[in-house]
Order: sequence, then structure tokens, then C-alpha cells
Amino acid sequence: MKSMQATTSIKRGLAVLAASCVLFAGAAVAQEPIKIGAFLAVTGPAASLGDPEQKTLEHYVGKINAAGGVLGRKLQLVSYDSAGDAEKARTFAKRLIEQDKVDMIVGGTSTGETMAVIPLVEAAQMPFISLAGAVVIVEPVKKWVFKMPHSDRMACEKIFIDMQSRKLSKIALISGPGGFDKSMRAECLKLNKQYGIDVVADETYGGGDTDMTAQLTKIKNTAGVQAVLNPGFGQGPAIVTKNYGQLGIAMPLYQSHGVASKEFIKLAGAAAEGVRLPGAAVLVADDLPANDPQRSVAVAYKHEYESHFKSDISTFGGHAYDGLMIAVAALKKAGSTDKAKVRDAIEATRGYVGVDGTYNMSATDHMGLDLTAFRMLEVKGGNWTLVK
Amino acid sequence: MSAQFLQFLLTGLTVGAIYALVALGFSIIFNASHVINFAQGEFVMIGGMATMSLTASGLPYLLAIPLAIAAAALVGLALEKFAVEPAQGASVVTLIIITIGASIFLRGLALVIWDKNLHPLKPFTGDTPIAIAGATILPQSLWVLGVALAIVLALSWFFGRTLLGKAMLATSHNRLAAQLIGINVRMVLFLSFGLSAALGAVAGILVAPITTTSFDVGVMLGLKGFAAAILGGLGSGVGAVVGGLVLGIVETMSAGYLSSAYKDAIAFVIILAVLFFMPSGLFGNRGGERV
Amino acid sequence: MLARLASPRTGGLLALAVVIVLLPLALSNSYFYDVAILVGLNAIVCIGLNLLIGYAGQISLGHAGFFGLGAYGSAILASRYGWPPLAAMLTTTLAVAALAFLVGRPILRLKGHYLAMATLGLGVIIFMVITTEDKVTGGPDGISVVPFRIGGFVLQGERIWYWVVGALLLVAVWLALNLIESPAGRALRALHSSEVGAEVVGINAANHKVMVFVISAVFASIAGSLAAHYSGFVTPGKVAFLHSIELVTMVVFGGMASTFGAVVGAAVLTTLPQLLAVLKDYEMMVFGAVMMGTMIFLPRGVVPSLARLIQTRRQKASNNGGEGGHEQGAGASHSCGDATGRDCHRPPTVAVLKPRQSDGGGGV
Repeated sequence: MKSMQATTSIKRGLAVLAASCVLFAGAAVAQEPIKIGAFLAVTGPAASLGDPEQKTLEHYVGKINAAGGVLGRKLQLVSYDSAGDAEKARTFAKRLIEQDKVDMIVGGTSTGETMAVIPLVEAAQMPFISLAGAVVIVEPVKKWVFKMPHSDRMACEKIFIDMQSRKLSKIALISGPGGFDKSMRAECLKLNKQYGIDVVADETYGGGDTDMTAQLTKIKNTAGVQAVLNPGFGQGPAIVTKNYGQLGIAMPLYQSHGVASKEFIKLAGAAAEGVRLPGAAVLVADDLPANDPQRSVAVAYKHEYESHFKSDISTFGGHAYDGLMIAVAALKKAGSTDKAKVRDAIEATRGYVGVDGTYNMSATDHMGLDLTAFRMLEVKGGNWTLVK
Repeated sequence: MSAQFLQFLLTGLTVGAIYALVALGFSIIFNASHVINFAQGEFVMIGGMATMSLTASGLPYLLAIPLAIAAAALVGLALEKFAVEPAQGASVVTLIIITIGASIFLRGLALVIWDKNLHPLKPFTGDTPIAIAGATILPQSLWVLGVALAIVLALSWFFGRTLLGKAMLATSHNRLAAQLIGINVRMVLFLSFGLSAALGAVAGILVAPITTTSFDVGVMLGLKGFAAAILGGLGSGVGAVVGGLVLGIVETMSAGYLSSAYKDAIAFVIILAVLFFMPSGLFGNRGGERV
Repeated sequence: MLARLASPRTGGLLALAVVIVLLPLALSNSYFYDVAILVGLNAIVCIGLNLLIGYAGQISLGHAGFFGLGAYGSAILASRYGWPPLAAMLTTTLAVAALAFLVGRPILRLKGHYLAMATLGLGVIIFMVITTEDKVTGGPDGISVVPFRIGGFVLQGERIWYWVVGALLLVAVWLALNLIESPAGRALRALHSSEVGAEVVGINAANHKVMVFVISAVFASIAGSLAAHYSGFVTPGKVAFLHSIELVTMVVFGGMASTFGAVVGAAVLTTLPQLLAVLKDYEMMVFGAVMMGTMIFLPRGVVPSLARLIQTRRQKASNNGGEGGHEQGAGASHSCGDATGRDCHRPPTVAVLKPRQSDGGGGV
């Protein structure tokens, strides 16, 4: 009798033990965070792009976790500063894939860094959402590589269309030493004839240059020039714009989306009045008409970022935001961190309304944006405004 | 044509004046210790960034600028005290690596204290360009040229007329002899760092309203200042100034008349050519070599 | 036998070989192999640069230029023009050697900081050309590079590359050590202490300087070619002035006039940023502080300072009686620099005449 009772209680005890083991195991698995890897140019020449990207990712991963995480698990951001250097980016990407064993990667501030990493993510079959601009990243399409920002080709197209509407047909280019600058310049030089535009002058400046009046003087004295286009980002375009004002050049000045931030206006000062560039909706979030599909997302991001970080938003942070949100949506859709399923889910993103545009990905289009994602903006009264 | 030339010249002089100030900083430290202080560019950065913070917190320029210069001078003195002095007796190459480490350290410190963004600085007397015979010049550029000239004059008075200045000059000519006649060469070295830092800071403050400032503006300016100091001949104050102006003008003229893409390369080719014919720079000591 | 092991040539080389063979036990994934390979490639460049800086007493702030030329030469010939990678690498190396020879003669007439500036200028000019001629070089975004293959055998994957780089590193160290011990090497060291003095005893200073300049350029170029094929892409970042400074720092940090010092310097300064990456914003500060601190407390560089420390300990031990000093002395009186940490400022003729007895080897 007693032994039977003992056996039963042992059995019961074992059952309880077994049950709790399963529960703990389940809980342990549930506790393991979903790792999102990132390598961004937080310092270095592309810092004006990488820093808001880093801040945005950190902030929103925190927010998502506070709201309960994804698939019942917390998100963990593993990020490294690649400082705009392709070699560092490659090593850090390897570290993310092999050592940190992340589930997906969002990053690659500059084209050089992204291109260096592509062979790695393809070989490792790791979903990768790039935050860099050049069109070569997704042309030809690579299975595991996606891209958030508008391409430099799109920027050229948008600008040329605007130039056409203003009857400008002879322009000058002035660009900097960066990959972004040169890549956009090359794309514009491929397209200008299609829009009936002649490039009559083509000047460049160096990194760390403090004065571009020499180049601009040459441009000013070139016969027939009607407008100037400055592909670039960071300090260079700000100085170009200031020198532009200093030399009293009256022609229209177009900047690129590389300086699509309020910071540019602050740096360039009064000379920025009248400058136009193709920018994402988020820059003029509050001015978007009420029926604009991007309005609510853009306004929410703008207010959140500005109140939390006490600094102005930029479209680059916006790309990081869109990248993160699309990644999270893909995770939810795939129902797991299985890389192949997540990749398929990203590719199936349709009609996703983001801060920087509405994304429609497909097997042949891993960028998902069209020209409507770019708005033509102009600086008026020290602020970005929509050109109607 | 000549308006264009004048524009290039004015721009070249402005840029050159900045290089000259940075080059002077290199020269002064080199004179006292035969060390090239690779952290010189960081003093330029500190000048601009400190002024930016101080004015952002409400101080007027009249207060912010001297404070920023003092801050940079303090950093220079600290650098000498804590990094260079403990390494006394080490080879010159080792000291150079120490200053490189210091430059990285200071940049990292600036990154933490401030941020990675670019910051504008208000020009001293406004932004309206001044027209001169078809060319334009910013009021800030006039400040750059004027202050640089004043500093050069002040330094030549200092080195030529004051006891301390003469002591520093004596140390640069012959350290041992200077020690023998009672000059405290350690103090000279200490003060050289402070003076060079102040000079760098002034350059940074002058140029920041034109170019904006950030935690890593020092890298390029330091490099160009070094090139200017070498071009003019290390150890020569006149050489530093001439080197700086020549470098600035060559750069701008190359950009204007030759190729803007290659302007830096052309400037370096010219420096190499000068060194080929004058291995000690334009005004450098054609010293004999001790066997 | 034991005495031979104590000499840097066989003993050090053996130790390095052992490290290279055993290291994979600690490398648990491709990322670690990647870092090890980068260390190896940097070390090869540094060994060559150390010959120039530490032994010949010259300076170069533009060696990233040669590294970059090697990388881009291989990349362009192999990827754009479809040359077999080995042929591309050899052609590039020859071209870089020729360039170094042509440029070396006029440049090496300069001394000290002027030489530094000239080499810096050379590096910058190379950088500007590469960045601007984007039709050929891909500009700032660079170009991708085909993997290295010899015949049908493709060199791909971290593990294979690790062994290749490891073997080449041993070859490089062996070559450098042989050069240092040879008459040419002794001539170099004589040059370092006094150029005029060396000329007086019949050493053609200009020729020797150019020779070591070319050799160091070749080392850098080969490492560059390999790096290009290994990473699969090249960007101008590898040619930048900052990279030149990194290389010089590695050499000085590890110990000038010390081949193993160059290896150690490359190892530490390549892995340190990886370790410090977790510090994020504070990384730069800590890195700079480490550099400063190490050079202040170990002014000769890591390896010579440590070797000296060991030497003084041994000297103390031998002073307390014993045979220990005997081997040490026998080994020490041969060479300067290297693991013995002895200064190379002593003209070699004196060292040769020094009696082969145990004098503790210390106190230079």
C-alpha cells in the first residue's frame, strides 16, 4: 500500500517536473531575443547619414520591445560603427553573421560599404536591407539584398523633370569626392540627354575643402549656363551653397537628397533660400495635405524623433525607420526568424506606407519605390516647403 | 579674366592664411623639440567647437573666443605635460606616434563631449559679401587675413623683442647651448605647446564661420598645415607663413585654371618639386649633417 | 643546438610557425579567421616597412599608396581585363617595384620630416588618381575582384586563405631576417647610424636606400594584391593617408628594427579596434589612450621593450651565478634590434669585433 502510494507520488512528482521543464524550456526559447544586426557609418565622412540611422534604430527597437516585442520575443540590436570604410563594413558584417549570429541585417550607410558586404550575405543567405543610395545595389537584383533609399538615378530624374518645367536646358555640375557624389553624377550624366539637358561644366571639390569659390567662379563664367546641380552630402554642399550666395550667383541651385535635412539649411544659412532638391515626404510632414497617405506615419516619426533627440529629422533616419518596420512586418508575416521565410516576406511587401515613401517590392524590384516617393522641395523662409 | 584671377587670389589668400596659422603652430613646437605634433589639427578643432558651445549657451563672442583659446591652450599644455614629457628621451618617431595617439584621443574626446554633427558659427561681422573690382570677398575672410597678419606681427615682436621669445628662439637653434646659459628648456617646451595650441585655436575660430565646424575638421587642416610648414621649411616662422599662403594660392589657382578634381594632387606635386630642388623647404635651415 | 634556437632566425621563426599552426584551435568561426588573415596581411606590409623605418632609418608616410597600387593593379587586370590572377599580381608587383625605383632615387635624397612629407605627398597623389579616374578604378565605391585562382584551383574561403597568408608571412619574416643578417643588411644598419660614416667605409648610401625602399614597396604591393582577392573588392580607403599612418604606427608600436615587432604591432593594432568596437562612442578615445600609453611606457615599442625586460631579468639571474648568461651572450652579440632589443645605433663593426664571451649582453 505504502509503496503504491510512494510510486504514485513519485510519478506525480516526475510529471510536475517534466511539465515545468517543458514550461521553462519554452520560456527559455521565448526569452531568446531576435537579433537584428547593423553596421552603420556613425563616424567618418558619412556621419550625417549614419548617426540618425543609428539613433532611429536604437530608439525604435526600444519602443517595439516596450510594446511587447515581436512574435513574443524581444528585439536585440547589435550594431557596429563602420565609419564609412568598406573594409571595416565587411569585417563587421562577417562578425554579425558568424560571431553574433544575427537573424537579419539592416545597415550599410554608404554604397561602398554595402557592395563590399553583398557577397557575404548572399553566401550566408542572410536577409539584408541596405540603407545606401546607388542603383547598382539592386540592379541586377540579388536574392538576399533589399534597399530602402531612393536611388541616385531617381534623384536625377526628379531634378531633370523639374528643370524641364522651368525651361532650364544648360546646367553645370559640381560634386564632391564621395561615392554618393560620384555615383549620382555618373547617373545624371547618363540621363541628361533624355531630358534635353546639356551639361556645360563639370567641377569637383575635395573632402575637407573649405572653399569652392574657384570652382563656382569658373561655372559662373561658363557661357550659357542656366542652373547648377550639386550632388553631395555633408559639409561640401553647405559650403558650396554659402559660396554660391557669396558670389551672388542668381541661377537656380539644385542640391541632392544627400542633404535632405534641416541641418543643411542651418549650415548654409541665408544662401539656402530658393535651393531645390528631391526629398522624401517626411521633411515636410506637417505640410502634407490631409489625404496624403504618408502624412500620419511621417508626422508621427518626425515628432517622436525630434522630441526625443532634440535635433532635426533627416530622411536617412527615415530610411532606417522604414527598414526596421518592414523587417518587423516581415518577421510577423513569416511567423519565425527562418531566414528564407523572412526574405520571402520582405520581397512580398506591397503598399507599405513608410516615412520616406510607399514601398512595393517584387522579385524584380528590391527597392520598391517610384518617383512619387520623391517630392520636389524648396527652401523658403528657412524651411523646407513643397513645390506645388 | 582679371576679375576671375582676383577672385581666385582672394580665395587663395584666405585659405592660405588659415594654413599659415596652422603651419606656425607646427613650426613652434618643432623648434622647441624637433617633434612634429600631429595633434595640431585637433587644436584647430577645439577652438571652433568650444566657441560653438560657448556661444550656444549664450555667451557673446567677446567672451567665448578668449575662453575657447584658453581652453585649447590648456589642452596643449596638458598634452605636453602628460604625453610628451613622460616620454622625454624617446626617439623622434616614438614621439610622433604619441602625438598621433593624442590626436585620435582628442578626436574621440570631442566626439563624446560634443557630437558628430556639423555646426555653423555666426560670422563676426555679418555675411554680406563685399565686392572688390569684380570679385567678392566675405567679411569673415577679411577677418581671417587681418587677424593672421596681426598674429604674425605679434609673434615676430615676441620672438625678437621679449626675453621669453628670445629664449624660445635660442632653444630652437641649439638646445644644449640654451640649457648651458640657464634657459629652462623644459619650460620652453611646455609653453611652446600652449602657444601652438592657441594659434591653432585661433585658426579654427576664424575659419569656422566660413566652413562650419565638427569633431573631425582637424584632420584635413592639420595635414595641409603640415604640408605648408614643410614647404616653407620646418622651423622657420617666415617659412610657415609663406608656405601656407603659397599652398593656398596654388590650390585655388589649380582648381580655377587647371583641374578642380586634381587640385590637391597638383599642390603636392609642386611641393615635391620644390623639395627636390630645395631639400629643406623654401626657408628651412640648410643644415649640415653631424657625422 | 639550444644556442641556435635562441637566435631570432630559427628560434623566432619556429615560434611564429608554431603560433600560426596552433592558432586555428582558438578560432571558432570565419570572423576570427578573417581578423587573423587581416593581421597577417598587415604584418607582411609592416615587415617591409620596418626594414625601411627601423633598419634603414628612413620614413614613409605613403606606404598605403604601394599597398593600394598592388590591390588596384591586381583588381583591374584580373577583373576588368580577365588576366589570370597570378600573372596580374606579378605584373603589378613588377610595375610597383619599377615605380618605387624611379621615385625612390629623388625622394630618398630628402631627410627626416621632409622625406616624410614627400612620401606623404606621393601617397596622396596615388590616392587622388585612384579616386578620380573612376572609369578605370570605380572611384570611391571601388570595384569587385574575382577570387584568386591558379590554374583550376580557386582560393576561396577563410580557412584556405589563412594557411596561404600564414605561409607567406613566414616567408616574409624569413626573407627579412636573412636580409638583415646579410652584408646588405649590415650596410643598412650602418646607414641608419650615420650616412656619412657609411659612405666613408664604401657603402653606397643612395643605392642601398633605394633598394630597401623598393623591397618594402614590393612587400606592400604583394600584400595589397592578396588583400584585394581575399576581400573580393577594393576601395580607395585602403590607399588613404590614414591607412599609411596606421601602418607606420604598427611598426613603431611593435618595435622598430624588430621584424617580430612588426608582426606583433600589426597583430595588436588590427585586433584592438575589433575588441574596442563594443565601446561604441568611446572607442576612439580608448584607442588613442592605449596608443599614447604604450608608447610612453614602452618607448622602444612592444617587442624590444619586453625583450629588454627579459634580458635584464636574465642578467640578474646570471649575476646570481649560472650558465644562463652564456647562451644569451652568444646570441646577443650577433645582431642588433630584433628580439634582443639592442639598439641599432651602434655601428655594426663594433659588434663584430666584440669578443664572444658572456658579458650578459645587457647594457647597450
